[in-house]
Amino acid sequence: MLRPLHPVPPGARTVLGIAFFMLFVAFWAWITLGGHVNRIFLADPLSMLRDGWRLLVEDRFWLDILITIWRVFGGFVLASVIAVPLGIAMGAWKPVEAFLEPFVSFARYLPASAFIPLLILWAGIGELEKLLVILVGSVFQIILIIAVKVGSTRRDLVEAAYTLGATDNGIVKRVIMPANAPEIAETLRLVLGWAWTYVIVAELIGSSSGIGYMIINSQSRLATGQIIFGIIVIGLIGLLSDFAFKALNRWLYPWSLA
Amino acid sequence: MSKLLIEGVSRTFAGVRGGKPVQALQPVDLAVAANDFITILGPSGCGKSTLLRIVAGLEAPSTGRVLLDGKAVTRPGPDRGMVFQSYTLFPWLTVAENIAFGLRERGMPERERNEIVASYVDLVGLKGFENHWPKQLSGGMQQRTAIARALANDPAILLLDEPFGALDNQTRGLMQELLLGIWERRKKTVLFVTHDIEEAIFMASRVIVMTARPGRIKSDVPVDLPHPRHYTLKTSPEFSTLKARLTEDIRIEAMRTAQTQPA
Repeated sequence: MLRPLHPVPPGARTVLGIAFFMLFVAFWAWITLGGHVNRIFLADPLSMLRDGWRLLVEDRFWLDILITIWRVFGGFVLASVIAVPLGIAMGAWKPVEAFLEPFVSFARYLPASAFIPLLILWAGIGELEKLLVILVGSVFQIILIIAVKVGSTRRDLVEAAYTLGATDNGIVKRVIMPANAPEIAETLRLVLGWAWTYVIVAELIGSSSGIGYMIINSQSRLATGQIIFGIIVIGLIGLLSDFAFKALNRWLYPWSLA
Repeated sequence: MSKLLIEGVSRTFAGVRGGKPVQALQPVDLAVAANDFITILGPSGCGKSTLLRIVAGLEAPSTGRVLLDGKAVTRPGPDRGMVFQSYTLFPWLTVAENIAFGLRERGMPERERNEIVASYVDLVGLKGFENHWPKQLSGGMQQRTAIARALANDPAILLLDEPFGALDNQTRGLMQELLLGIWERRKKTVLFVTHDIEEAIFMASRVIVMTARPGRIKSDVPVDLPHPRHYTLKTSPEFSTLKARLTEDIRIEAMRTAQTQPA
């Protein structure tokens, strides 16, 4: 019955996907509502929803959500604006790569979260610091991934363009860039996911607003329902932005999937 | 005066990991007259593609030089159009945009460009497919677009590196007739690399046979078959005589390749 690599029909796929969600929530409800864990440490699904509703209606939690979203996109755009041109330059021109690659590879391993104390000293606990955390966390990764993709541009396309009279400049602008545009967009989509992790870490450590701030605030009051609600909100927004990004890529680069 | 002159061109590749340098091509001399259709026939790995890439300017010769219209070739340029064996259409451009690529690089205004593109779309029989992406085309259609793209630039010489090598037999036959038909009507100097004996004879006014690696010119066979050529020519006695002769030539070289190179 379970044949290796055999595809599953679309309907069954949806049912199976939803089934696990239900199983997960059912297990959560069973251990909490059934009294198998201490309610202080883990809220049940119903109180989570109640807490979440109260957060949204009474505590204006949606403001925190908006602030966090703005930070993620701000940091992400900042990182992209710096990293994409640098990555393309490194991939296209080997001396640039030789110059920057060792440093960027090193900087990639510097943990963004460890920079938070330093960034707070430099930029305070305002918006700039949040943007910088995301920047530090993602800019080096984007540069390296894009440099590798650009560096592996199909040589035969480059050669064909040369035999059609393209200049060195034309090769970069009208072959290397369009050839890699879908993969660059796909890389950015991936990095947007990481940006969500960095922003929450930044908000947990020094902040007076945002989803992360609400979560750390709830911890001191043992409001586990609110914490779980916050985590689920992050997951949902992440999922939505991912869908939107995918749709945008499909719309921008129809030739890559035709 | 010859259109294209290849003078003592050879190519040696540096040894891998301190190994001995490998000679891919022994010094080759070849003169190509204007509007001649020349096929270069040889067993795989004989350096025929290397020779073509040197003419294109994509590789530098170790010795010798290539002259096109008396000017030395130093780098690739639009005067030497090239069609590759692999599918090299730009996947982000439509058929029409692909054909217009070289004209655009030259800075030709759009209206003029569109006219030329339309005429070449017509020439290779792709009317109705102008706005398709390369991915939506069959292999034969992609190579027809690639031929149109190279010709639209009006190059002094057209270089083809086993352009139909990846196509199935039937499509290949049709493509041969299409390209030959274009050449018969428009006249162009053509250098066509292939390992297919029938193809080499059918297309050419002159077949250059190359030896096994390191390649050099083994024989230079004129093909005095009348034009326009029809596919039925391939079953004529004159064609068979030529084919028998070239088969013998190539067989010896192929056997030498099999004996000297590890599988």
